[in-house]
Amino acid sequence: MSALIEFKGFNKFFGEHQVLKDIDLQVRSGEVVVILGPSGCGKSTLLRCLNGLEVAHGGSLTLAGKELLSKATDWRQVRQQVGMVFQSYHLFGHMSVMENLLLGPLKVQKRERFEAQAQAEALLARVGLLDKRDAYPRQLSGGQQQRIAIVRSLCMNPQVMLFDEVTAALDPEMVKEVLQVIQGLARDGMTLLIVTHEMAFARAVADRIVFMEAGRILEQSAPESFFTNPQTARAQQFLEKFSFVESLPKTPHKELS
Amino acid sequence: MSFDVAFILSTLPAFLKAVGVTLQVGLIAIATSLVVAVINTAILVYRTPYLQRAVGLYVELARNTPLLIQLFFVYFALPSLGLKISGFAAAIITMTFLGGAYLTEVLRAGVEAVPAAQLESGRSIGLSEGQLLRHVILPQAGILSLPALFANFIFLLKETTVVSAVAVPEILYTTKSYIALYYKTYEMLAVLTLICVLLFLPLSLLLSRLERRLQHGQFGS
Repeated sequence: MSALIEFKGFNKFFGEHQVLKDIDLQVRSGEVVVILGPSGCGKSTLLRCLNGLEVAHGGSLTLAGKELLSKATDWRQVRQQVGMVFQSYHLFGHMSVMENLLLGPLKVQKRERFEAQAQAEALLARVGLLDKRDAYPRQLSGGQQQRIAIVRSLCMNPQVMLFDEVTAALDPEMVKEVLQVIQGLARDGMTLLIVTHEMAFARAVADRIVFMEAGRILEQSAPESFFTNPQTARAQQFLEKFSFVESLPKTPHKELS
Repeated sequence: MSFDVAFILSTLPAFLKAVGVTLQVGLIAIATSLVVAVINTAILVYRTPYLQRAVGLYVELARNTPLLIQLFFVYFALPSLGLKISGFAAAIITMTFLGGAYLTEVLRAGVEAVPAAQLESGRSIGLSEGQLLRHVILPQAGILSLPALFANFIFLLKETTVVSAVAVPEILYTTKSYIALYYKTYEMLAVLTLICVLLFLPLSLLLSRLERRLQHGQFGS
């Protein structure tokens, strides 16, 4: 089966600094790929290149067989197929939830209002927020806003969804409600590329883990083998940092004296 | 010191007319300034070559020269170039020259205050640059600019007193005329002050209420 997304010898610079080096990555349709790695390793930049928010400087990137790094690429078309969810939600603050959801379908895709609205309502119900359809973003919690942001992308009927540290700004209770939505999409067989620091979630939801450091992909493996038996020393070191917290001794009740 | 109330009453019809002229000059100038400012802001936001520098130059020139001198230039210097205009026209042109520059700065600041993340968010659902401007940038920039915009509206209204210098019969010109004719200095200055307070203060309050209501409507709380 051929890949839906394929990076080949992909390079990206910020000025002199090379942030992505010779990236080779294939993602099949329906696959859930989680990208892990230390901050600044290029994970987010990789996602942002896939929907044209960043410009690449070499190599090749194809979506469903079509080369994206050509001048002729219509990024507006691509972005309708590649949904993106950001760390800080970025809902449009001056629009109600429903207006946020319908902006793309009505203005970009020129769909009928009743049809787009029916879809938006169904998706809102699915994430448990149908009662918030007329609320404004600032009236919602972070977790609610993030679920709305996911629905906003889904309303465009994308082939792929990109999640860029979407739980990093949320408190633990809200993390759960957002992760459940993403897990649901994974179960439905949607193609997902996820950048996250939620290790347990990565392990549970991923078909494949991609480990990056300093702009390179160091390791690609199935989640179980990555978490139990990482191949590179750098990945071992990275995972140790996360197991450190869990391995802290449980404090017995302190003696007050 | 006597205070001639009967005289004051006899001047009120004239002052009522003058208030009309003040409002007329002020409101027309605000409207034309806004048009100038929107065009300038579009030029600045899209970084239109050459025009962008021209707008920058205009804004600096208009904001760093006194209104009175601008007015004299338009009213006395332009006719010597063969352009004869009335005091009223000179007043509108000059006020627009000044107001356009100030409002350009206000709108530009509003557009720049829209977070870059909002633009990315809009692009990521496939909005074109034009759609982004219309549905995301302008509504948000408008709301962000409201306080400064309204403050400048009041500022422009108050500045209309300067056009008394070219015989536009607004409130200050009317006051000065009565003083020159009848030497009723205290009475007329008292009337002028009262008119200013009655005119600008309620307007100021009205605009700040409007501002809160619009922001509420746009952001929901």
